Amino acid sequence: MTSLTLVRIIRARPQIVFDAATTAEGIVHWWGPDDGPVLVAEADPRVGGRYRVRFLRMLDNTEYESSGEFLEIVRPERVVMSWRWKGGVPDPCESRIEMTFEAIPEGTRLTFVHSLLHDEDSCRSHEAGWSGALEKLEAYFLSENRREDINSR
Amino acid sequence: MVNSQERLDRTFKALTDPTRRAILAQLQRRDCASISELAEPFAIHLPAVMKHLDVLANAGLITRSKSGRTVTVRLRAQPIREAMDWLRRYEQFWSRSLDRLAPYAEGKEAEARRKSR
Repeated sequence: MTSLTLVRIIRARPQIVFDAATTAEGIVHWWGPDDGPVLVAEADPRVGGRYRVRFLRMLDNTEYESSGEFLEIVRPERVVMSWRWKGGVPDPCESRIEMTFEAIPEGTRLTFVHSLLHDEDSCRSHEAGWSGALEKLEAYFLSENRREDINSR
Repeated sequence: MVNSQERLDRTFKALTDPTRRAILAQLQRRDCASISELAEPFAIHLPAVMKHLDVLANAGLITRSKSGRTVTVRLRAQPIREAMDWLRRYEQFWSRSLDRLAPYAEGKEAEARRKSR
């Protein structure tokens, strides 16, 4: 499975980071690819609840909307949500976001994983078997990225 | 005709070697490269690099084209490229987002501590 992992150390307790990450009040402050504002944030953080985030991307001055469902919630340790773009974004695949919040002396270690689901029919059809090979290659690239991510802190 | 199981075996075999993964990583960073450019970072001789390139070409991961005395190597795997585009896009998206989440949560933490005093 294609996936992206980011790790951050945040100087706040897990409950606070969890709420900042999963509630509409929190999401409005951080979600988005650049400094463009979040225009709409709705979230119902319980299993089966939905979220919807509409934001403006400064780069092309265009509004984008992503939405999905909360699939698993263990406050303040872990949340899993589905993710899908709405509108003309060239990424028809449904994907999955998993955040884990680990209590550490500094506060919280947040591990953020976004994975593309290959088994969906609507997804680009990679030939059977490709994804496993891709995973190995990506693990290689990602280990480089992750080092940079940690070093740049 | 090569069946998919055979192709999968070749792909796996091609990707198990760290030198070959590094060659693919180089091709990912630049569009194409000559064989000597690819060989440069490695402490191995050109014939060994050629062998690695044979394995990658047999697995369908690269193409080689010859012009005069120069062989140009290109990454071929479209699925890999697509996957990389996807990764880059979301890496930027989420890393910028988390850059804002951290100070926001840290501000909330400071607020909670002030209140509990």
